[in-house]
Amino acid sequence: MLNVTNILIILFLPFINFLVLGLGSRSIKQPVSGTIATISLLLAAGLSLMVGYQYFMVKGMVNGTFPPIELFRYPWMVFGSKLTIDMSLVLDPLTVMMLVVVTSVSAMVHLFSLGYMKGEERYTTYYAFLGLFTFSMLGLLLAGNLFQIYIFWELVGVSSFLLIGYYFSKPSAVAAAKKAFIVTRFADLGFLIGILILSFYGETLDIATLIQRLTAPAGSESMAIQTAEWLGISALTWGLAMIFIGGAGKSAMFPLHIWLPDAMEGPTPVSALIHAATMVVAGVYLVARLFPIFQLSAGILELITYTGIFSAFFAAIIACTQTDIKRVLAYSTMSQIGFMMFSLGIARPEDHYLGYMASLFHLFTHAFFKSLLFLGAGAVIHMIHSNEMNKMGGLRKFMPVTHITFLIACLAIAGIFPFAGFFSKEEILLATYHANFPVFVMALCTSGLTAFYMFRLYFSIFWGKQQAQDPHHSEGTFTMKLPLILLMLSTLVAGFLPFSSWVFQGDSHELSHINWKFSVVPLFLSTLGILIAAYFFRKPSSRIADTQKLMGGIYTTSKNKFYIDEIYLWITQRVLFPLVGKPAAWFDKNVIDGTVNGVGSFVGSIYYFIRGMQSGKLQDYLLYFLAGIAAWMIYFIYIWK
Amino acid sequence: MPASAIFFYVIAAVILVTAILSVTTRRIFRAAIWLLFSLVGIAGVYFWLDMNFLAAVQIVVYVGGIVVLIIFSVFLTQGSGQSLPVPAKFRLLFSAVAVLLGLAFTIWILHGYGFLATAPDVPAVEMKEIGKTMLSIHSGGYALPFELVSILLLAAMVACIAIAMKIPADKKNV
Amino acid sequence: MSHIPLQHVLIFSAALFFIGMFGMFTRRNLITLLMSVELMLNSVNINLAAFNKYLYPQQTGGLFLSLFIIIIAAAEAAIAIAIIINLYRSHHSIDVDDATEMKY
Repeated sequence: MLNVTNILIILFLPFINFLVLGLGSRSIKQPVSGTIATISLLLAAGLSLMVGYQYFMVKGMVNGTFPPIELFRYPWMVFGSKLTIDMSLVLDPLTVMMLVVVTSVSAMVHLFSLGYMKGEERYTTYYAFLGLFTFSMLGLLLAGNLFQIYIFWELVGVSSFLLIGYYFSKPSAVAAAKKAFIVTRFADLGFLIGILILSFYGETLDIATLIQRLTAPAGSESMAIQTAEWLGISALTWGLAMIFIGGAGKSAMFPLHIWLPDAMEGPTPVSALIHAATMVVAGVYLVARLFPIFQLSAGILELITYTGIFSAFFAAIIACTQTDIKRVLAYSTMSQIGFMMFSLGIARPEDHYLGYMASLFHLFTHAFFKSLLFLGAGAVIHMIHSNEMNKMGGLRKFMPVTHITFLIACLAIAGIFPFAGFFSKEEILLATYHANFPVFVMALCTSGLTAFYMFRLYFSIFWGKQQAQDPHHSEGTFTMKLPLILLMLSTLVAGFLPFSSWVFQGDSHELSHINWKFSVVPLFLSTLGILIAAYFFRKPSSRIADTQKLMGGIYTTSKNKFYIDEIYLWITQRVLFPLVGKPAAWFDKNVIDGTVNGVGSFVGSIYYFIRGMQSGKLQDYLLYFLAGIAAWMIYFIYIWK
Repeated sequence: MPASAIFFYVIAAVILVTAILSVTTRRIFRAAIWLLFSLVGIAGVYFWLDMNFLAAVQIVVYVGGIVVLIIFSVFLTQGSGQSLPVPAKFRLLFSAVAVLLGLAFTIWILHGYGFLATAPDVPAVEMKEIGKTMLSIHSGGYALPFELVSILLLAAMVACIAIAMKIPADKKNV
Repeated sequence: MSHIPLQHVLIFSAALFFIGMFGMFTRRNLITLLMSVELMLNSVNINLAAFNKYLYPQQTGGLFLSLFIIIIAAAEAAIAIAIIINLYRSHHSIDVDDATEMKY
């Protein structure tokens, strides 16, 4: 069961989707194309679940860990004995867990889009792009080689660009797609430099070998990377910092987060897939993948922790004041990923790397309830034809299914028992409490804020005064409601899974125990947040406006996302363009083009000279004739022996 | 210095001067006349070399035939009164330099070679001998070249007529 | 004929040759070009005659070679004139720089 064929089927079904639907986008019409894509993704999801079952239950543990299985390795580019780029597929507990997440969320998104994107002109192309994205993400997860991860990383960026800019006739969508691609590309430069540094000292690109070499206590590569220095910082720190920058770009950590809110210009199911569950967790996945190497540098772990917690808190503040429902959800995603990041940062050997397990558990549960939130928002947008919260209200009458599922998801993200988010957030907070108290305090505040803004969103949409007219069509087709229900069931169930016995670092320990005494404070804060939100938003009143006036400047700054975008624009236009862009363009046009053109015109002048020798004039020919004779004469008289 | 030596130098000078004049003058008819003088001078050199037959042939064929032909063609193609255009300065300079260099080179080679200082004092070949050798078919005879040259002249005559013939207007597309 | 070294005669004929070459390079009229060619041929003739007289006085090789050169030069001059006349008919000019159809 755990053989290469199944994994290759899982990996390549979406890719075949992409090829077939992409090439046949004019001939295969809806709903055939959508159905094909959805069925193949459901198949892939089913296969992933079976693989997960086989890997964790049937094959089981060997010597206390789940052994990584290398299914396939092909030496693709061999440059020397030390530098080879292989294509390999590796199954790891982390990989198997992510496979299940990515394929099931993708399958739900495919199913939902059957109803949501009905009537779209480029329906088939949409499904083709979804297939490409899923393929790239799966390739990233299954890669056993750093360079292969990089290739699929870039592919994920490209598919994200294609999907964000799907409505390419809207200038804002095009701008958002460009912004996403450029920001993540800029971060990927750091990623590449990090790969180069690490693989140079580790003398390999294969991940397992790299980890083994760099973490060996007195190994030659490990010593080499820790002693080599540049500007007073060891090469190890540089490499890890660069890799983290790459991860931070894809995971929208501050200050590379600017692309995520704008990426909401894409269709909502795309946001559910890419910007909730899969692509944005690629950074977390990367840090988890190279976790043993990250453990070697305390400074980098601190960097990760502070970046994570700052992003979480920052995003939570902004989310409290946004009025576009997708923007609220986008900042919520950034905040939750911040949770995952700092949880990885504070994982210590003393508590058996609880932070690692907690972070990945939160990744798992977050995927389900965040995509549920996005799909629910998609259903609402489909009905109201607008994203703005002040056009909604009182929709619980018209959309019962969406209402219930949305409520469950909000409860999950707020961390209320017995929903999935409770369990994963508890683990994170527990790990933080033992490791770093100030971070723990901020994390508590952030989770309180999370509950507040999520329920602000919930009450504004489903309660309160109805702003929109009576919608003239129903809640949505069955294909739109089914994924919501399925994801809700997953949210209910996922918390109870024995996650810690599957995905962990270090020795296996039954870690998931609920410390009830500890959970009191977070639960209390979340409930407080919900009640405050209810107080303001459940019934329409003037309390909102009064409080806004009271908060004054803080409110406006938060609403304008702390002006980060404006700062970036200023830097780009005032600093980058004149100081970097213009000289580079001048150099390119005058020096490089000049050289190439110069070579061309030089050859041209030689040509004109030689051509001019055939002038058609008798006396010129006479001259050449006699010159030749003279030359021969000299040769024969003096040179030839 | 014996008189023959002086004679040679004078004739040589005349030839060279008229040749230069023929080559540089701007009037075509004068160029032809200077050429004529030059060729007559060369006949004189042949006389000095005791080759009377060659001198006679030179005068009859070259001076009486070719120069006349040239003058005919001058009349046929353009008026002899018109001035010839002056060639470009660059061309003049370049040619002069090339020619002078060539001449210097040739003189240098000739100087280094060990030629005889004087001519042997032997009577000239008789006219009778020349005639016999020209038509002799034995070894050392020139009967074959003689015949070939006559065929060549025939061919040249036919070719000239063919080339310079005016095609009648009604037969132009043939 | 004695007392003049052979070199002097040869130098004289070389000078005549180069004068003819100068004319060939410089003259733009086809007929004057032809005249320069005749000068060059004559210089060769003088060379041959001098070699005959100085080196092989009893033989007639140089004489006959000169003779044949004169004959062939005559034929060649005739044909050249014919060509010039033909060219004049089509171009209405016998300037050598006007007949450049074989240009690139």
